[in-house]
Amino acid sequence: MALYGLILAAVLFTNAVAVLHEERFLAKIGWGVDQSIGGFGEEPGVKTQLVNLIRSVRTVMRGVFIKIIYFIVSI
Amino acid sequence: MEYPDQSGFRQQPRVRMRGTGTDSGEPGQLFDDTSAGQNSGPGGKGPAVYPGQNLLSDPMSNLAMAYGSSLASHGKEMMDKNLDRFIPISKLKYYFAVDTVYVGKKLGLLVFPYMHENWEVRYQQDTPVAPRFDVNAPDLYIPAMAFITYILVAGLALGTQNRFSPEILGMQASSALVWLIIEVLAVLLSLYLVTVNTDLTTIDLVAISGYKYVGMIVGVLVGLLFGRTGYYLSLLWCCASIFVFMLFLHFLDLHELHVPHVCAKTSDEIRSAQESPKQTSFS
Repeated sequence: MALYGLILAAVLFTNAVAVLHEERFLAKIGWGVDQSIGGFGEEPGVKTQLVNLIRSVRTVMRGVFIKIIYFIVSI
Repeated sequence: MEYPDQSGFRQQPRVRMRGTGTDSGEPGQLFDDTSAGQNSGPGGKGPAVYPGQNLLSDPMSNLAMAYGSSLASHGKEMMDKNLDRFIPISKLKYYFAVDTVYVGKKLGLLVFPYMHENWEVRYQQDTPVAPRFDVNAPDLYIPAMAFITYILVAGLALGTQNRFSPEILGMQASSALVWLIIEVLAVLLSLYLVTVNTDLTTIDLVAISGYKYVGMIVGVLVGLLFGRTGYYLSLLWCCASIFVFMLFLHFLDLHELHVPHVCAKTSDEIRSAQESPKQTSFS
C-alpha cells in the first residue's frame, strides 16, 4: 500500500513538472530554455541542468505519458 | 475439462500446460509426467495409461516431450538474455567476491573510520580490484546482510515492546526498501544536477547507501541493551562515522568535480594530514 502511494506521488510529481508552461510561466521567472543556452564553458551550473531537466521531462511526457494515460483510461 | 477432437499433436501441449498447472506441488515432474496429468483430469484422451511405463513408446508423447523440453530451454535462454540486459549478473558477482577478513575490516571501518589513512580504490586495468583484495572497494554483501539483519532486529525490538506481528516484518522490509530506492534516486538526481563525471555506477550507489544499515543495527541493539540514552548516543556516533566514511569515500571517488575550490582544498588537506603523521612517526 505504501508502494502504491509512492508510485502515485511520483506520477503526480512528474505531471506537475511537465505541466509548467514554457512561455507563460518559466520565461517570466527566467527559467526559459532560450534564456539559458549559450554557455559552452566548463560549468553548466545547477540552474541550466534543472532547466534542461524540465524541458526533457516535458518532451518525454508528450510521447510516453499520453500513451499511458490513454491506456489507463481505456480500461 | 473436455479436449476437442483434434490431432494428437495439437492436443499434447495443452495437456502439458495443464500438467504443469496441476503439478505445481511436484517441481521435479514438470516434463516427465504428461500422462499422469492426463489421467488426473476427467475425459482426458491420449496415450500411455501408466506414468513412465509407455511414455517413450508412443511417438506422439515423444514428440510432445521433445517439443516441451525445447520450449523450456528456449524460454530459459530468452529469460537469461533478458535478465542479463536489465541486471548485469556478471557484474553482480564482482560485488559478492568477499571474504571474512574483508568483511571484518569493512565493518570496523564503518563504525570507526577516523584512523584509516589510504582511501584510494586500487584499480587493475581500468576496473576496480575485487573487494577481496581492497578494503576500500564497495561490495553488496554487507549491505544485503545488514538490510536483512536490520529487519530482524527491528522485529526483535518491536517484540520486546509487545507490538510484534508477522505482517509487520513484511511492512518494515518493504518500507526500508522503498526508502533505499528513494535515497539512491535522490543521490542520482543530485549527481546529474551537479554534472560530475564519475565512474560510480548505480549498483555502487546502492552499495554505498546500504552501508548505513550497519549503523542502524548497532543503534537499535545498543538501544535495546542500554535504554534511551544509549540509543541516542550510539545513533549520534554511527551518524558521524557514516558521514565521515561517505565523505572520504565519495570525495576521493569523484575525480573531476566541477566545484574545484571545495574539492581541491579538502583533498589537499587530507593529503597533508595524511603525510605529516607518517613523517613524524618515522622521525
